[in-house]
Amino acid sequence: MSETTMSDQSPRPLVEIRDLRMHFPIHAGVLRRRVGAVRAVDGVSFDIHEGETLGLVGESGCGKSTCGRAILRLYDITSGSIRIEGDEIGTLGQDALRPRRPRMQMVFQDPQASLNPRMTVARIIGEPLDEHTTLSRAEKLDRIYELMDAVGLNRNFANRYPHQFSGGQRQRIGIARALALNPKFIVCDEPIAALDVSIQAQVVNLLEDLQDRFGLTYLFISHDLSMVRHIADRVAVMYLGRVVELAPRDSLYGAPLHPYTQALLSAVPEPDPGLEASRRHIILKGDVPSPANPPEGCNFCTRCPQAMPVCHRIDPEMRELRPGHFAACHLHDPDHAPTAEPTAANDQPQQGE
Amino acid sequence: MFTYTIRRLLIAIPTLLVISLIIFLVVTLAPSDPTANLPLSIPSEVRAQMREALGLNEPILVRYLLWLRQFFLYEPLHMLDQAFGLSLAGEDMQRILSWQTRSPVADLIVQRLPQTLWVVGTSYVVGVLIALPIGIVSAYRQYSWFDQIGTFVSMVGFSVPTFFTGVLLIVIFSVHLGWFPSIYDTTLRVTDLSTFWLQIKQMIMPVAVLALYNAAQISRFMRASMLDNLNQDYVRTARAKGMTERVVVLLHVLRNSMIPVVTVIALGVPTVFGGAIITEQVFKVNGIGQLLIIAIQGGDVPTVQTLTFIFAVLIVLFNLIADVLYGLLDPRIRYD
Repeated sequence: MSETTMSDQSPRPLVEIRDLRMHFPIHAGVLRRRVGAVRAVDGVSFDIHEGETLGLVGESGCGKSTCGRAILRLYDITSGSIRIEGDEIGTLGQDALRPRRPRMQMVFQDPQASLNPRMTVARIIGEPLDEHTTLSRAEKLDRIYELMDAVGLNRNFANRYPHQFSGGQRQRIGIARALALNPKFIVCDEPIAALDVSIQAQVVNLLEDLQDRFGLTYLFISHDLSMVRHIADRVAVMYLGRVVELAPRDSLYGAPLHPYTQALLSAVPEPDPGLEASRRHIILKGDVPSPANPPEGCNFCTRCPQAMPVCHRIDPEMRELRPGHFAACHLHDPDHAPTAEPTAANDQPQQGE
Repeated sequence: MFTYTIRRLLIAIPTLLVISLIIFLVVTLAPSDPTANLPLSIPSEVRAQMREALGLNEPILVRYLLWLRQFFLYEPLHMLDQAFGLSLAGEDMQRILSWQTRSPVADLIVQRLPQTLWVVGTSYVVGVLIALPIGIVSAYRQYSWFDQIGTFVSMVGFSVPTFFTGVLLIVIFSVHLGWFPSIYDTTLRVTDLSTFWLQIKQMIMPVAVLALYNAAQISRFMRASMLDNLNQDYVRTARAKGMTERVVVLLHVLRNSMIPVVTVIALGVPTVFGGAIITEQVFKVNGIGQLLIIAIQGGDVPTVQTLTFIFAVLIVLFNLIADVLYGLLDPRIRYD
């Protein structure tokens, strides 16, 4: 949970994602022919090192959750490579994946909907143990109690049903369930988005405690930038199915390089009213283009306040601009960078939606 | 749950009283005459005397109250007498008699019920047993060939009336192929394997007709309910836990999907007792449905009234059973 888990420290990343693509086909017409695809995740690459927390941020519909689910192979991905502990899982069938599931788990966004309403807490937490271990009944019960203790749930509630708990307690059940098989890697898919602010802090602190105790590695998906700043070691910013900037937390929050990241960060409110009044907000115009029909060139070119002609033609590459700080933007490309003034953005023709 | 059941049963009493009044009024005010089927040679003053003997000259309210007393007091006493050899019922406590046969309606029902339960009941069980797997597979493989064919067969089962499918089966399997009898023989006693086989043979066609109809409805409910649940987050959780697909579908999805389907199945049970009027006519099964239709034709008010009221009681009862089952199956529902 500190700056020590930088990219150059551990020899091999725990999770390596290369050019991950997840396209959902669109069928239309009388014969339900395939007419296109929603490119929810379109060429995402990043590493997650052991013991670190990678924050994945972006606005609604940018493909964050799809990316997290695709990494755990809850979808059959379109293409790309997913390696967990060097083990390629991107192409495995669901049967071959099953024995690998204990190592990678997920905490879901909606703690109400993601728990089977007809199972008691003990069964929800204990079910993975039935499938993946050969523990006796008593050992399983011990493990269930141990997990409930770990997430701060009263043991007496083991035979209650999910609807009898509050939102925060339900999310604790979801976390205990994810921990049941001692995973190394947990995808937290907006685990706090459905909770009250006071409960959010509790759950995030719980996640941090558990990370310290069990040496967990998180992919923390969220749209809450300040919460990500609190929990993440490195942060990846997604826009329309792609990662546009990936950097250590302080570097990203201190000096964002991509115009989209700058716009996102400028939208975070400042608690000091004096500072807030003098702050310059970057207001993005228009809507996110449809992921079924992304614009040519850079995905962000339709809304970028600093878009240049080249942005509408060529898709920018991810490049390392500072140590560990990657961004995909022509502004920082020596071949295309504006020499004098950035071209005025808003008189560019709007593409897409 | 127990107090809830008791409360519902208490509420059912006024409900059933109101239903009984409505049934009584509808049946009594209908322009039917119990003497209409008698030979035309009977003079009209004799007919008037017969009506008077049947008690038709009394005011409607009096007739209703008399019927209530017969149904709720005399009939149960007579049944207890018959069952345990007691003599609770007095000589003057007249049973509800059919105007057509002059025998107690309860005895008629007891005679007719086995045929109906055998044929209609079996068809309901068969229908449910066919419908559930079809619904599950259709939902799991949505828009597959299996699902498309299942949808087509359901639509056919739904929309083609039983008097058509019944006659069609008779034409094919009785007339042309000669495999099965077209008339259900009630006098058949199942004593050995060969008579058992005969019983099966005469049941196959009516059961098939009704099972198709029932399965068409229930499989659609099952499919819709499964589809509702298959996309739920907790199903994804189960997959993320690394559960096998069998466990995911049969344990997580199916159990949750069964809640509304069980309700639908329970609510359909009264129709089994009510018999399938049309199908019983087509195959000449002399069950409850046939009794009802003959009684209606003959203006046999006590029989029609008693039968319809028993159906009403069953419907109210199975509504309650469905609600209680719902509470048992879904832990989120608590009646207290």
